[in-house]
Amino acid sequence: MTTTSAIFAFPADLIRRAARGTALPVATILLLALTLWYAGTVFLNAAVVTDQYQRDRKTSWTTEEFIADTMSMERPVLPAPHQVAAELEKSIFGVRLTSKRNLLYHAWVTFSAAFLGFGFGNLLGIALAIAIVHLKSLERALLPWVIASQTVPTLAIAPMIIVVLGSIGFVGLLPKALISTYLCFFPVTIGMVKGLSSPEPIQLDLLRTYSASEVQTLRYLRLPASLSFLFPSMKVAVALAIVGAIVGELPTGAQAGLGARLLAGSYYGQTVQIWSALVAASVLSGASVGLIDLGERWLDRRLGGQR
Amino acid sequence: MTTVPQPRPEDGNSLKPGCIPAVEVKDLSLVFQTADAPVHALSHVDLTIEKGEFVSFIGPSGCGKTTLLRVIADLQQATGGTIEVNGTSPQAARLDRAYGYVFQSPALFPWRTVERNITLPLEIMGLTKTEQKARAKRVLELVNLSGFARKFPWQLSGGMQQRVSIARALSFDPNLLLMDEPFGALDEIIRDHLNEQLLDLWRRTEKTLVFVTHSIPEAVFLSTKIVVMSPRPGRIIDIIESSLPRDRTLDIRETPEFAEIAHRVREGLKAGHSYDDH
Ligand SMILES: Nc1ncnc2c1ncn2[C@@H]1O[C@H](COP(=O)(O)OP(=O)(O)OP(=O)(O)O)[C@@H](O)[C@H]1O
Ligand SMILES: [Mg+2]
Repeated sequence: MTTTSAIFAFPADLIRRAARGTALPVATILLLALTLWYAGTVFLNAAVVTDQYQRDRKTSWTTEEFIADTMSMERPVLPAPHQVAAELEKSIFGVRLTSKRNLLYHAWVTFSAAFLGFGFGNLLGIALAIAIVHLKSLERALLPWVIASQTVPTLAIAPMIIVVLGSIGFVGLLPKALISTYLCFFPVTIGMVKGLSSPEPIQLDLLRTYSASEVQTLRYLRLPASLSFLFPSMKVAVALAIVGAIVGELPTGAQAGLGARLLAGSYYGQTVQIWSALVAASVLSGASVGLIDLGERWLDRRLGGQR
Repeated sequence: MTTVPQPRPEDGNSLKPGCIPAVEVKDLSLVFQTADAPVHALSHVDLTIEKGEFVSFIGPSGCGKTTLLRVIADLQQATGGTIEVNGTSPQAARLDRAYGYVFQSPALFPWRTVERNITLPLEIMGLTKTEQKARAKRVLELVNLSGFARKFPWQLSGGMQQRVSIARALSFDPNLLLMDEPFGALDEIIRDHLNEQLLDLWRRTEKTLVFVTHSIPEAVFLSTKIVVMSPRPGRIIDIIESSLPRDRTLDIRETPEFAEIAHRVREGLKAGHSYDDH
């Protein structure tokens, strides 16, 4: 997922990188990935095409014909990039935006749950970090639980959250958002504990000479100092939030969202649909990370960054 | 900054004996427990600093100048003896925001502009925005950095950063200023200039100044009292009451009186070193 999200990185970011003369490496990587993908398509679909030829009692074929056939199957093991692109175009521009068959509609459903979960996750992560940094006893009491929470497989816990919340009347957006929260508070907590503890002793001493309160120390020193730790954590968290939302869509019977498209695709062996949903998820992650990156740069400039 | 106990008008001359001293240290010791051997950073230190005095600590590196200043500021706790600041415990004085502290390094917040670094204590103390701006402007003029209000610390040289940190300590107008080698990183010319500015400020406002330096001429030029210290264990080996008048200009450095005091400081420092060789 990370390679694809790099390929489909946020356009503004691509433009800036091009301006800085990094366009060539980016284009090289893109080309390499596409080449590998096409090679994979031929390699992985070869067996199926051969089977098909045997069934059709076809005895002679040219290499071009064979390669073309591996790339035009209806249910390939691995669809070719242009097949995915065609499916993307059809499902984004071929149907009305509000239609349940439009991929953007599903991406929006997933994004809204992920976004809400990301918001909750940040709040929870920051709150936990503040508590841990200020109450030394909590570090021992809380941190093991925070870490243990992440060793539980999401796939195992997601259906339980959906079912439990469903039984008390919460359906739709919220349960999915909570799964996102569950995944993405963790990097934020870890990053912020580090960030809030990052001020140097002399900076803390300075505020001590002003007899600043703990709250003032947090506001004037710890929080601003932690920002350079928060943003990298947020980039990890936002990708996890999208994964969480997708996983949350699987056990609900898959009515809407990218998760639903993945599930429906695998029911009917629609690999092209699966892959186009995967690409959509990657673009979504890449764009979200790009947005956070823009926010980081903006804040960095405002706060006197040297870049 | 209204909580600082001001000398009341009827006190008259704040140098008058009987007035509560700004700092009173009796038989103070401080031992750092380190992994290997304990470090005797301060040993049996006795010192009284009257209100309105300009006191310099001078001594070789590691003799405990910073440590003594930090004890006065309640940033470090003594392990023996007693200390009072403004007649109360250092902690009470700190909570009262009774002093301004200039650290050995600038300790500016990199995400704040020069101006907002200076207004930091004012924000914490709850002054109005206009008052904050006015004070920042005034102290920036005092340290000759008027044009740099909107710059960020990394855009300034080390010496300029140190001047910002001095301006920051002056911004809330504390009656007691604790300065740890504030001019160490500055060139001779700007150092002379700031020495004069500081002396002028001290005379006008009757503040109490406690000043750490490595420079004998600087200590003699500025101080009414020079405290000569020596290391291992950190202790006071001489306290010199200056005979120079409170009103002085840089020319005073050419007088025989000045040379005489400087000589005594140098002798004290030498004595501290020879003790070290045993
Ligand atoms: N936190 C600490 N833990 C252990 N030892 C310390 C600590 N702080 C200072 N010391 C020791 O105490 C002694 C005095 O240190 P201090 O910083 O007061 O010296 P100084 O006179 O200010 O020196 P300089 O002129 O180099 O600034 C030194 O030997 C130093 O190693
Ligand atoms: Mg020192």
